[in-house]
Parts: sequence; C-alpha cells; structure tokens
Amino acid sequence: MKNKLLLLSLTSIFIIFFIIFYKSLQETNIYTPDEKINNEIPSFKVQLFYSNNVVNSSEIFNLDKFYLLNIWSSWCVPCRQEHPLLMDLMKNKKIKIIGINYKDTKKKAENFLLELGNPYDKIIFDKKGINAIELGAYGVPESFFIHNGKILKKIIGPLNKESIKEIKLLIK
Amino acid sequence: MLYSVIGHYSLILGLCFGLILVYLSIKNFQNSKILNSKILSFTFLQFFFVVISFLCLVLSFILSDFSNETVFNNSHSTNPLLYKITGTWGNHEGSLLLWLFVLTLFILIFLIKTKNQPIRYKILTLIFQQIIIIGFFVFLIKTSNPFNYLYPIPKEGLGLNPILQDPALAIHPPILYLGYVGSSIIFSSALAATTLNMVSKKWASHVKKWVLISWFFLTIGILLGSIWAYYELGWGGFWFWDPVENVSLMPWLALTTLLHCILVLEKRLILTSWVIILSISTFTLSMCGTFLVRSGILNSVHTFANDPERGLFILIFLFSLIFISLFIFFFFHKTNNNNLSNLFWLSKETSIVINNWFMMYFLSVVLIGTIYPIFLDVLSAQKISVGPPFYHKLIIPFLIPFLLFMTIGPKLKWIKSNLDDKIYLITLLITSILLSLLIVKNFDSGFLINTILISSAFYLFFITLRDFFTKKYTNISQNIAHFGFSLLILSILFNNLFSTEIITNLKVGQTFESSKTKIIFESIDQKKEKNYKSIIGNFSIQNLQGKLENLSPELRIYNQPNIVTSEADIKTTFISDKFIVINLVPNQDYFNVRYQVKPFMLWIWLSVVLISVGGLMSFFRKEYEK
Repeated sequence: MKNKLLLLSLTSIFIIFFIIFYKSLQETNIYTPDEKINNEIPSFKVQLFYSNNVVNSSEIFNLDKFYLLNIWSSWCVPCRQEHPLLMDLMKNKKIKIIGINYKDTKKKAENFLLELGNPYDKIIFDKKGINAIELGAYGVPESFFIHNGKILKKIIGPLNKESIKEIKLLIK
Repeated sequence: MLYSVIGHYSLILGLCFGLILVYLSIKNFQNSKILNSKILSFTFLQFFFVVISFLCLVLSFILSDFSNETVFNNSHSTNPLLYKITGTWGNHEGSLLLWLFVLTLFILIFLIKTKNQPIRYKILTLIFQQIIIIGFFVFLIKTSNPFNYLYPIPKEGLGLNPILQDPALAIHPPILYLGYVGSSIIFSSALAATTLNMVSKKWASHVKKWVLISWFFLTIGILLGSIWAYYELGWGGFWFWDPVENVSLMPWLALTTLLHCILVLEKRLILTSWVIILSISTFTLSMCGTFLVRSGILNSVHTFANDPERGLFILIFLFSLIFISLFIFFFFHKTNNNNLSNLFWLSKETSIVINNWFMMYFLSVVLIGTIYPIFLDVLSAQKISVGPPFYHKLIIPFLIPFLLFMTIGPKLKWIKSNLDDKIYLITLLITSILLSLLIVKNFDSGFLINTILISSAFYLFFITLRDFFTKKYTNISQNIAHFGFSLLILSILFNNLFSTEIITNLKVGQTFESSKTKIIFESIDQKKEKNYKSIIGNFSIQNLQGKLENLSPELRIYNQPNIVTSEADIKTTFISDKFIVINLVPNQDYFNVRYQVKPFMLWIWLSVVLISVGGLMSFFRKEYEK
C-alpha cells in the first residue's frame, strides 16, 4: 500500500516535470549571448527608462570616459546591498554609472530608486532581460567596467568595498 | 553524394537490425537455454552498419561534399584536415551519430565480455539497450538526419565555428560520450538485474567494471572541456557553472556515488536500492543533459544547436525511459531486510553512506541551479539566472565535513571498526590546521572559512600522502583517487585566493608598470594561415627580481565564418600559470591587454588526471580489497 502511494506520487511528480519541460519547449526564445572573447560592448537597441526613447547602445558610451554598467532589479536583494556603494561611487566625477533595469516593472523600479536614491546617469529598461544576455551576463546583480567601448572587467554578483576600491584604482 | 546515400541506408539497416534483435530476444527469452548465436552476429551487423554510416559522414567531411547539408553547415574547403574530421561530431547530427556508434559498440563489447552471468540476464540487458538504440535511430533519421541532400549543390560551406577548431575540443565530445553511453549499459543491466531479482555481490562485481570505465571517460571528458574553456574562452577561468557544464557534472556526481555504493554492495549486500536508483538516474541525467543542451531551452554560453521539435522527441523518449524504470523498480525490486539498521556507526560503509548523502546534496544543488530557472519561467513568467555565487555559497561549506569523512572513512574496516593510530590522525590534523593558519593569516576577509576549508583539504592530503608509504593499506587505487581529490581542492582554493590580474590598454612600444610587474609591448607580427590571418603581439613581462619572460598572445581572424578569436598565450610552470590575452580596440591602434598570474593551474589538471588514474587502476585490479 505504502509502496503504491510512493509510486503514484513519484509518477505524478515526473508527469508535472514533463508538462513543465514541454511548456518551456513551446515558448523557447533563445538569446544566446554574443561571443565573450571579444569583449567590446555589443551594439544593440535599448529602451531608456525615463524617456522611453529607443537608442543604440553605442550612443550611450562615449569612447574616452569610464563607465560602470550595473545590472539591477527591484526584486533582487543583493542589489539593495550594493546600492549604497553605487551612491557613493556616483560622487566620483571620472566615472558614470549606467543602469540596466533587468526584468522589472517600471513602478517597482521607480519606488526602489525613490527609496534608495538614483546613482545612475542613464537607465536602460530591459524588461525581457535580453540586453543583459546580449552582454553575456550571468544574472543580477552584475557590473561591467567599461572604457573605450570595451568591457575591461566584469564583476559577477554584488559589488563590495574591494571591488569599488579596485574600480577607483583603475580610473586613476 | 554517393557516401550520403550509403550512409543513409546503412542507418536504416541498422534500425532494422535493432527491431529484429528485439523480436529475436523476446522470442528466445522463453527458451533461453541456448544463447542464440544469431543475437551476437546481428548485434555485430548493427554495429557494422553504424560504423559504415559514420565513416560515410567522415568521408563526406573530408571530401567537402557540400551536397550534404550537415557538411555544408559545418565545414569549409579551407579547413585543415584535422578540423574537417572533427567537424563530423562538432555539430548536432554528427554528434548523435557518434552517440549511436558508441551505443552499439558498447552493447557488442558487453555481449562478448560478459561471461558467467545467466543468459536471461544478458538477453534482457540487450532488450533494454536495444530500446535505447532504436530510440536514437528513430530520433536521428526522423529529426536530425546527417545525410540530408542539398540541391543545387552549394560551392562552399559555411565553415566550422572557430572556437570549436581546437585539439582539446576535438576529442572532448567522443570521450565524454564514452562516459555517457557507458552509463546506458549500467542502466540496462541494472533494470535487467532488478527484473530477474539477481542483484547480488556477483552482479555488483560484474557491473563495477562498467561503472569504472564510464566514470573514467566521463572524468577525462569533463577535464578536457574545462581545459578548453580555460584557454579558448579567454576569461581565464576553468569552470563557469554554465548549464552545459553542469549537465556533464550531474551524471559524474551520480556515477561517483554509484561507484562507492557498488563497492559496498560487493562486500556486504546492502544499499541495493541505492545502486539501482543511481544506475537509473546516472543515465537519465545524461539523457536529461542531452535534452537540455539539444532543445535549446537553456540560455548558455555554448548552446550550439537548438530546435524545439528535436527537444520534444528527446523529452518524450526520456520520460518513457523514466517511467519504464520507475515501474520496473517498484514492481520487481525486493527490498532485502538486511538493511541499513544494522550498520555500525563506526565502519567503512557508514562513512560511505554519509558521504553519499553529501554527494546527493551537491547533485541536487547543481540540479536545482540548472533547472529551477526553467520551472520559474514556465510557472510565473519570471526569469532568473543562477550564477557562480549560488553554487559557491551552497557547496563550499559542505565540502568541509565531506573532506573529513573522506579522510577518516577509508581508515575504517568493514562492518565494525575502531580507529587505529590515533596519534597520527591527531598530529596530522594539528599540522594541517597550523599550516593553513600560516597561509591564510594575511587575509582579512573570509579568514575562518578559508582556514577550516584549507585545513580539511590539507588533512586529507597528508593522510593519503602518508598512506602511500605505509604498506598497511593495500587499496592503492582508492588512495590515489582520494589524494588527487585533496590536491584538486587545494589547488582550486589556492588558485582562487592568490590569482592576480592586470588589465590595461597598450600601444606597440608602450610599457605598463605596476608595483610588482612591468609589461612591455615589444612588437606585433602578422601571419597568414590557410583559413585565418593572425596578429601576434610580443610582450615581455618583468617581475620584481628583474626576470624577463616573453609571451606572445594571438588574435585570429577567421575567413569562414568571419569571426575573431583570441588565443591566449600561457606559460605554464609547476607553481603558476602566466596568462596573457589581447583584444582589438575598434578604430584605434590600442590593444586591450589582460595579464593574469594564476597559481597552481597545472595542479588542477594534474589532480583530475590522478583521480581518473585511480579509477583506471581499480578497473585493472582483479580483487578490490581483502
């Protein structure tokens, strides 16, 4: 009896697995990241957060400036932790921080910025998470240190004091 | 053209032989007194036709026959011969044909090599294996035929992806497949043994050989993939926790656990359920990996092929196998009462069981990290991706008890035991702790966890090292493997803790200076090869002592398809790797230079080789342990 129950429940679990895999097959939408070997910023169309204008990614990054491209989201807890560091980094005039708002709703993101402050020079609104994938990101939070249109450094996971220190060193 | 036709029809013939074999086996199953010699010859014929078909595809690639769609998509007449040949399995269709090749090869070897086992068992294993083989035949012919014909015949092919044009990657898939497919034999024979209720010590020592051989190939296969990622992807890491890497790690974890369970089963006839469930799950995990990679569900750095229709086929096939094995397990498997309850707490088998649970934990972490994003996407349309921090946080703390049990376990005896030479165990423990304190003392972050982690790895290292010099423990293969594992953990830890990196932009003739190193960009050379042009940068690196070292990283511009790849230049020594890679800055004469010093890189590879050597030695040993 006990055995049959176990069999039944296992079978149903696997059936659920099957259905889920089946469904995800139906809605396959693949955005494979571009090759990471060549670490220049890929060129793609992005939507800006406040103005809703669609611009090309290359228009955002000037060649001779330093940029920190930070992928964030209001639902992401580590993003909250790293946010004060970004606010601090904003004071540095040599670097501009560009945000990518990743798979988020506008309202929640705005509330997030109201609560914790807005360190970003510009924000890219990446509702589907496609731009992040095109950059070859693993997830949120993730930051790219950009100079001369090249991704020089990539910080996976939340920023911490050491990575900020390193960034400041690089700017000098 | 001719070869495509031959190849295509050989595939169909192979499928026919599969069907005949199933029919014959079921018919002869009733009167299995005589092992039908027909079965052996038909299996051989099936293998023969798959070989013919595979050779036809290889020939089409060598001759650059672009009337064949697979060749057209994945080759180019200027590719070097080696990469024309390896291009055969560098794509979806060809790699499936390779799967079939190994599948039929293994069942043939199984039938020839298996003696002293009941004939009914051999025939039943053959039936299960043929079900898998037929499934792959149908999959290949229906959804991914490697011999599709193109008309009009294109003049030139699209070329092989340059990042696949690499010697390590050329042999990586076949070796990995030997491991995957080896697990199919374990799967079939475990099902057969369960059905016939003959899971015994004798069966365990028979199937152990198959476990060891597939484990060996899987280990080497993963190693090759990792080495390739290290110097070809150009980020200087060796493991990215990428879903495609994870799906090869999961069967490895299951197989390693199975290996240890089989050893216990062979001695004590316990853990039978463990062995059967693990045999089933190793193969299903391999299949699941094939599904995830081939269907393109996963977003990954190296998703090479994707097609929903193929995904659906593998999905249905995979779940039919799961359900078949589930029902066989529940209706035929008799749990023996000689169960875990009479395990003494201090014995070899107890420590193996505990570490099995740890392995299962690691496996579930990887499994959840890999498939949970898919589930979440379907159920709530949210997208997340799981990165290295997740795996590190969940796995690293549990490595500590795992390493300790790995140290103590092999010192214990079967059934019931006391710890011998306590003095040694304690002295070495203290030595390891002191040594790691000495190493970690300059670190301000993660002091405690690093100390404990390094000490437990050192502990295993010293204990296994000492065992090489005492004659008391005869189990040398196990000792080598465990020693290799401690070396692996140590090298990974040191590599993470002591790696340094310099990133800068340089023009030819410029010099970058930091407190410890001086990078001089001497000159650039240009070279022209058959299918690419290359720019070679010559760098001199000067360290504190003024010692000079020359490194020349390369940029390759492939003509077909038009892709730029960077080839890192790596100077490997026993202590550390010096890794340099350059990239073009567009429209400028600057080069982006990335220079890394990565200590103990070589030891990571060597220790994995040691681990697999341990497995291989065990394969050639007649008797495991007295």
